[in-house]
Order: sequence, then structure tokens, then C-alpha cells
Amino acid sequence: MIVADKKPVEEIIEYVKDCRKVLVLGCNECVTVCEAGGKKEAGMLASALRMYYANQGIEDAQVDERTLERQCDHEYLEEIRDIADQYDAIVSIACGVGVQFTAEKYHNTTVYPGVNTCFLGATEQRGLWTERCQACGQCILAYTGGICPVSRCAKRLFNGPCGGSSDGKCEINKELDCAWQLIIDRLKAIDRLDLYEKLFDIKDWSTDRAGGPRKVQREDVQI
Amino acid sequence: MSAKTPSKLEKIMAAGHLGVTSECGPPRGSDPEVIKEKAELLRGCVDAINVTDNQTSVVRTSSLATCIHLKMMGMEPVLQMVTRDRNRIALQSDILGAASFDIHNVLCLSGDHQSFGDHPQGQNVHDLDSMQLAWTVRKMRDEGRFLGGDEIKRPPQMFVGAAANPFADPFEIRVPRLAKKIEAGAEFIQTQCIYNIDKFEEWIRQARDRGLTEKCYIMAGVTPFKSAGMAKYMKNRVPGMDVPDEVVKRMSDTPKEKQAEEGLNICVETIQRLKELEGVSGFHIMAIEWEKKVPEIVERAGLLPRPEVE
Repeated sequence: MIVADKKPVEEIIEYVKDCRKVLVLGCNECVTVCEAGGKKEAGMLASALRMYYANQGIEDAQVDERTLERQCDHEYLEEIRDIADQYDAIVSIACGVGVQFTAEKYHNTTVYPGVNTCFLGATEQRGLWTERCQACGQCILAYTGGICPVSRCAKRLFNGPCGGSSDGKCEINKELDCAWQLIIDRLKAIDRLDLYEKLFDIKDWSTDRAGGPRKVQREDVQI
Repeated sequence: MSAKTPSKLEKIMAAGHLGVTSECGPPRGSDPEVIKEKAELLRGCVDAINVTDNQTSVVRTSSLATCIHLKMMGMEPVLQMVTRDRNRIALQSDILGAASFDIHNVLCLSGDHQSFGDHPQGQNVHDLDSMQLAWTVRKMRDEGRFLGGDEIKRPPQMFVGAAANPFADPFEIRVPRLAKKIEAGAEFIQTQCIYNIDKFEEWIRQARDRGLTEKCYIMAGVTPFKSAGMAKYMKNRVPGMDVPDEVVKRMSDTPKEKQAEEGLNICVETIQRLKELEGVSGFHIMAIEWEKKVPEIVERAGLLPRPEVE
């Protein structure tokens, strides 16, 4: 899923301090799972903003909250069609995709981000999410034991590990696993250490961010 | 192995002599005199001088510009290139730039992570990794082509090197990893500083068993300790460094005013022991900010005079 983290409320207040009517817009998908931008967090942020306005003596301020099934889908974003233009600003606490799609759809309404979108990751345990994928557009996991050096090696080495791997940990942080140690352990476990011996070709990064904004177009599923 | 490039370092090792290199870290400023002073200390006692590329991710004068200064002084540089700061376009461009000054040695590295340096908020590139960079230089040289496939007019003539750390984890893939670097195109290897000689000998033995020392010149890396404090720092704080307890103890048991001398003794003894080891083709002496001691180390280790080659 897309993992996001809450922005400090002070930063959000700085965006909306001159607004009088604000909609906090949550999303029921990834940001709900990572507890940064779901219904619960929309309520908490809306309360914090109401408290701010009250403390400032701004009595005519109105903060509403709403959580959509998804903000990355026309269908669900249409649900606020009738009310969007009533607000001075929408604070979207979806990922960066949701913030942008909301802004694109409601062209004349100011939309602010309420979270920092961090990475594609997994829930390791409650309150701990870690990165697994950088969406490079050309998956190589078949050759690396199912562990991704692009997202998990600090130098994204294709022929690692570097000389800084020590006791299975990365040189930049003793708490961070060395991705190449994990890859080698996995290749050993599945009896495919032969894959380690193969020199990895230079990567075509044109399917990554480097190639410009990307799209996936599937004529077979288009209506 | 016979020499394939005009590199003096390659010719010396191809002739069966032990090669000797040292290194020169460029200054954090633009004064060329700093470079020249350091390099003069090494004149006549080494075959080539490595020039580091923003080592420890701290901004310094560029490796290429410094190599040109050395070249103009009549000395032979080894251009260190890290893949951290430049993409494949910039790397190939700088290889051509170096070749235009007839710089004949390159050492391909990934580079320390930028979080160690003075610009930890910077982006890192790693478009290629160190092995892929070695492969790139070989393609440019041997096929006369860029990575993109176009022809190079006057291709670079570079002796291609890479680093190896026999002591990093996991140890079991250290030799397979060396094999990969050689397959990628590395013709010489400069190793991490050696203090754990037993472990290094085991690594060389495994490399010999795979025939790797017949395909590549292994230059053993050594760094003299200036003090017991430095030995402890290297043991505990430098990632991938293996300093055995007895070496630290030897330094600590030496009176403070004699520690620098003892550090040099350890360095010289290491070279003398490894000189006899089959598969070692030379030495890379990294006297960090202590270049003035390199002539003494080389002399005491019996590596002078340096051979002349055509």
C-alpha cells in the first residue's frame, strides 16, 4: 500500500489560518490502514482545527469532515461535487495521488495536503510501516530472491552488497537490514545462489521516474 | 597477463613486478599547491597515485581536475569515480575528459553514502553501480562504443580497477563477488585496509582456487596507524573494517610517543608478509593525511627503487 505519515498540525494550520470554511477529506484506503488519513484521523484533524479557530476567537469558522471510499477514483470524488465549491479550502489527508486528483477535479477550490506521502510499503506491526517498492516499472524480484535492492539498498545496488555491509546491517544505520544480506540469505534458502553469480545488467530507468510521468494503458479493459 | 593499455601501473604488474600505489585526497578548496605538495611527497616511490572522488561524501576539488594536475606534474594518476553523484551520461563524459588528458587508470566505486558527508540532504544517483561502471569503461575502451551504442572517436585507453573488501559481510560471497567484478571488467583490484592478515590470506586462497588471481592484479591495501586511538576508531567506527584485538593491543601497549613508529612497523611487516603471498600483485598504501611517510614505508618494505618500464 501507499504509506503516509501525518503532517504536523501546525503546518496545516499555517495553510488554513485565513480560511473560514474548511473540509477535511479522508480516504478509506491505504491511508486508513496506515492510520494517517482515514475517518478517525479526519475527525482528529477537524477537531484540532476547530480548537485552533476557537482559541483565536474566530467564531464564524466552520470545519467539516468527510471520508471517501477512495480519492483516486472519479466515482467516489463525485460524491462531493455539490459541496466542494462551498469551502475556502479542502485539506485532503489522502496520499499525494488523492490530493492531486481532488485538486484536478475541483479546479477552483484550494486543496492542501494533510499528510506526507512516504513510500510503498507494508505494515510490519501496528505503528511500524516499512518500504518495499519504488515502482520502478520493471520488476526484477525474480532474480533477487523476492527482495528488492532498488527500494531496500541505500545505494540501490544491483550487484551488492557494498563494502559497508556489517553483521547483516547497512552502513548508514545499524538498525537497517542490508538488503543484499537478505537477498543472499533468501537465495541460499531457495537453493538459488547461482543467481548471485550472474552480473546484473545496467538497468533501463526509462520506466522509472526518470522517463517522465508514466501511465499504464490497457485497451483490453477499457470501455 | 600482458598489458593492454599505456598505463604504467599495468605495465609494471604485467612485467611481474609488484605494483605500488598510494592516494591523494583533493583539498576542500581550490588551491592547486595543496595537491602539488602532497603529490611531490610521493614522487619516485609509487607507480601511480589514486585521487579520491569526494571521499566520505564531503565536497572537495574534483578527482578529474586533480588528476590533471598530477598528469601535468609528470605523475601517473588513478582516477577514482563513484557512481553516487553522476549518471551514465556524466560518467562517460568524464571518462572521455580524462582520456583526453591521457589519464590511463580508473578505479570504479559506488562511493560512501551521502549521509556520512557534509550534504546529507542531497540526492544520490546510482544510475549504475560500481561493477556496471567497470563494464562501461571496458565497453568504451574495447568496443569503442558508448553505452548507448554509438561509436567513440579515439576511445579511452584505461586500465580498469575496482575495490574489494575481503572483510565485509557476508564472507562467503566475498570471492564470488570478486569474480563478478572481474567478469564485469575489473583488471586490478585495490583492497580495503588489511589488518586481519589470516582472513586476507584465506580470501586470496579462495580467489586463487577459482583462478581469479590469474585474471586480475590484486593490490593489497594497507594504512599505517598514527596512534592507538586511530586503531580503535578504525576497529569500532569504520564500516567494513576488520582490526583484530591483538593489533589494537599492540598499539595501545606502546607508549604514546612511540605509537606512530609502531603503526609504521605494523604496516611494513604486513607488506613484507604479503609480498610473499601468491596472488598478491602489489600494494596500495593509503596513508591518510600522512603522505610524507609513504617513502619510508616503501623503502623499509623493500619496494624501492620502482621499476622503469617502456
